[in-house]
Amino acid sequence: MKILVAVKRVIDYAVKVRVKPNKSGVETSNVKMSMNPFCEIALEEALRIRESGAAKEVVAVTVGPAQCADTLRTALAMGADRAVHVDAGAAPVLPLSVAKILRALVQVEQPGLLILGKQAIDDDCNQTGQMVAGLLKWPQGTFASKVVLDKEKQVATVEREVDGGLETLCLDLPAVITTDLRLNQPRYATLPNIMKAKSKVIKKVTPEELNVEIKSDLEVVQVTEPPKRKAGVIISSVDELIDKLKNEVVSCNILNCK
Amino acid sequence: MARRRASQFLAGYCCSQSHSLVRRPPLCSQEPASISAPGLPHTHGKATSMFKPPSKLYRKLNSQTSCDIMQVHYSRTYGIHQRSFTSAAINIQRSPSFSKLNSDDIGYFKSMLGDKNVVQDEDRLSAANVDWMRKYKGSSQLLLLPRNTEEVSKILHHCNSRHLAIVPQGGNTGLVGGSVPVYDEVIISLASMDQIISLDKVNGILICEAGCILENLNSFLANEGFIMPLDLGAKGSCQIGGNVSTNAGGLHFIRYGSLHGNILGLEVVLADGTVLDMLGTLRKDNTGYDLKHLFIGSEGSLGIVTKVSILTPPKLLSTNLALLACKDFLSCQKLLLEAKRELGEAISAFEFMDSDAMDMVLAHMDGARNPFPSSSYNFYVLIETTGSDESYDKAKLEAFLLRSMEGGLISDGAIAQDINQASSFWQIREKLMFRKAMCWQGMSEATVKAGAVYKYDLSLPVEKLYDIVEEMRPRLGEKAKVVGYGHLGDGNLHLNIITKQYDNNILAQIEPFVYEWTSTHRGSISAEHGLGLMKADKIHYSKSPETVQLMASIKKLLDPSGILNPYKVLPQSMLQ
Repeated sequence: MKILVAVKRVIDYAVKVRVKPNKSGVETSNVKMSMNPFCEIALEEALRIRESGAAKEVVAVTVGPAQCADTLRTALAMGADRAVHVDAGAAPVLPLSVAKILRALVQVEQPGLLILGKQAIDDDCNQTGQMVAGLLKWPQGTFASKVVLDKEKQVATVEREVDGGLETLCLDLPAVITTDLRLNQPRYATLPNIMKAKSKVIKKVTPEELNVEIKSDLEVVQVTEPPKRKAGVIISSVDELIDKLKNEVVSCNILNCK
Repeated sequence: MARRRASQFLAGYCCSQSHSLVRRPPLCSQEPASISAPGLPHTHGKATSMFKPPSKLYRKLNSQTSCDIMQVHYSRTYGIHQRSFTSAAINIQRSPSFSKLNSDDIGYFKSMLGDKNVVQDEDRLSAANVDWMRKYKGSSQLLLLPRNTEEVSKILHHCNSRHLAIVPQGGNTGLVGGSVPVYDEVIISLASMDQIISLDKVNGILICEAGCILENLNSFLANEGFIMPLDLGAKGSCQIGGNVSTNAGGLHFIRYGSLHGNILGLEVVLADGTVLDMLGTLRKDNTGYDLKHLFIGSEGSLGIVTKVSILTPPKLLSTNLALLACKDFLSCQKLLLEAKRELGEAISAFEFMDSDAMDMVLAHMDGARNPFPSSSYNFYVLIETTGSDESYDKAKLEAFLLRSMEGGLISDGAIAQDINQASSFWQIREKLMFRKAMCWQGMSEATVKAGAVYKYDLSLPVEKLYDIVEEMRPRLGEKAKVVGYGHLGDGNLHLNIITKQYDNNILAQIEPFVYEWTSTHRGSISAEHGLGLMKADKIHYSKSPETVQLMASIKKLLDPSGILNPYKVLPQSMLQ
């Protein structure tokens, strides 16, 4: 069985993000970029499934400009067997377009499992995995915190972290899984693997070759920082508190009493 | 290191009762004038039989004798570590030349600084009286918080005329007891002087007050595209004035060099209140003797640093970090040589630790992961490179590491792929320090994870660096675990000896052997931590008598009343 892992190159999690002066987006030049943490977890899970013998090959995929090849090299250094780089130009590609591209790739590669991170830390969309599953008409297990594969029955048991607690689903393969934080701890890229990665192949594809048209239905109008947190006010008496609650707070929509 | 010996506990007991320390007769040493290692009779290499309080001591104590014997037995039997006041842990008496504080002094300080900045509150004083490692505790009754240089000057002028001893205190993160009082010295804390005065954005010259915390300075500079040239584990608390006064080294010493090179100017207040304005911002200024170098590393004994002018390097964008495993120390050395040659100017850190250190961190640190879970290696090396082009630097580092691996210098390695992984590698190295502190705190209860720690900070020629660790192991055998780690790139070893509990038998095996060994190899017995109180009498292991004599003369010249941070840095015998 082949596992396809989709990864995304994002601004590093630990970097303090700044908004561009023209408010068109976030400052991305001269800023450290790395693989989305949830995508690392997804890749780690795929590698573990391969090591357990349930899969034969792990293929890493990314959609983005030329620099994304670095992210694929990291994926190869962690242990992926092959990589595919879909070069869609410099403009950011929205989840629906990514989902269409992934659908096309799935039809080419025919994997038994598509694993993605639950969301990217730059846009926090949490849409791509669900959209691909919808387009492919595959079952989906999102926010996975535990994945157990049954090779004979071709079934994946996924424990999901939902608002109410944990939900366990049984998915018939092929399926889409998106990973959550507590699924695993990604391994470090060790030198022997980095050495092996040098001989691994990164295949370059364009969206046209996959018959996917990248058009965006959304236009980013403005990006601003959230309002700065104001200092708290120390209130001197209970009466003053009641007065403030009645007059000021309600108008600010802070309280949403049930 | 405070020694946990029965008679020292005895002395501690007496001290707390009567506020006067009985002068113990020198026991086995040949030089009666010199201060022996705190509480320990010096036999220069021979193990002495411990726990036999000298009879002369008993004669001097009258009514408390019987209780003391009982206390001695208790301590011997259960070996419970007692933390005693610093004054009891060492053989130094409170100097009779210093006055005691009186209400006039307090009144004067209050009128000059305001009530809020004159602290006599028990809780705040107790925090300021104890050092970061919780090894030394003073009994100061007063903490002052001057807000500017003029107030510091007035305080010192007053203290000098009144012969009141003082201790300048910054972040109180020193490791040799140099930042806390020994007796009742007045603590002058620079914490309120935390203004950044100016930054030359073209050259990166930062002028700030001495109380600025290092991490805050780094955050401020990061916004402007610069960084501080030094980086320590204690950066969240340490202040730049303290860093300067102790000539702090740190993790990036190999790249940016010593503070002697990075400090362009200082403003210092001398013992009599004179303000010495040497706050230049020039890279080159050959007019006269460069006095600021006297104050850098003087540990507050020649003057109080109030303002600092420091050259800050530009913040380079790409940082790459690799954690490597080597099979022996020779490989580590060769790796250092190769790294310097091939990575050259890009290296910003080169640290090492042995397998015991790694095991200790992994065992005691929450969330620490071994990057090489499958096997255990003898040595681990951390290499960091900093440059301006991310992909180029990464490729360079990768190529170097792969070549080294093929050449057999490295057995395994991992390269951090993002900032999170990099910080977890750094945590492993930085937490080694904190693990020791935790062990110390654990000692007051009988249950402790790793035990008691004896720490040494040595500078040695790189080839010999690990030899001392290997020599200590057979000396101590099963009784103690010897761990070595440190700044391999700077030739600086942190030797840590961990035992179940403090034991003078073990101490006798360590000291003065370690110091003598270091001295024989012309190393330094304190590479970066300074002398402070802990090694105040050990300077002769690394400096010639004539040198120390001249140091004492300079001290007498700049501080004739000896009020600045007394009992520390230089041996008392030289200053009498």
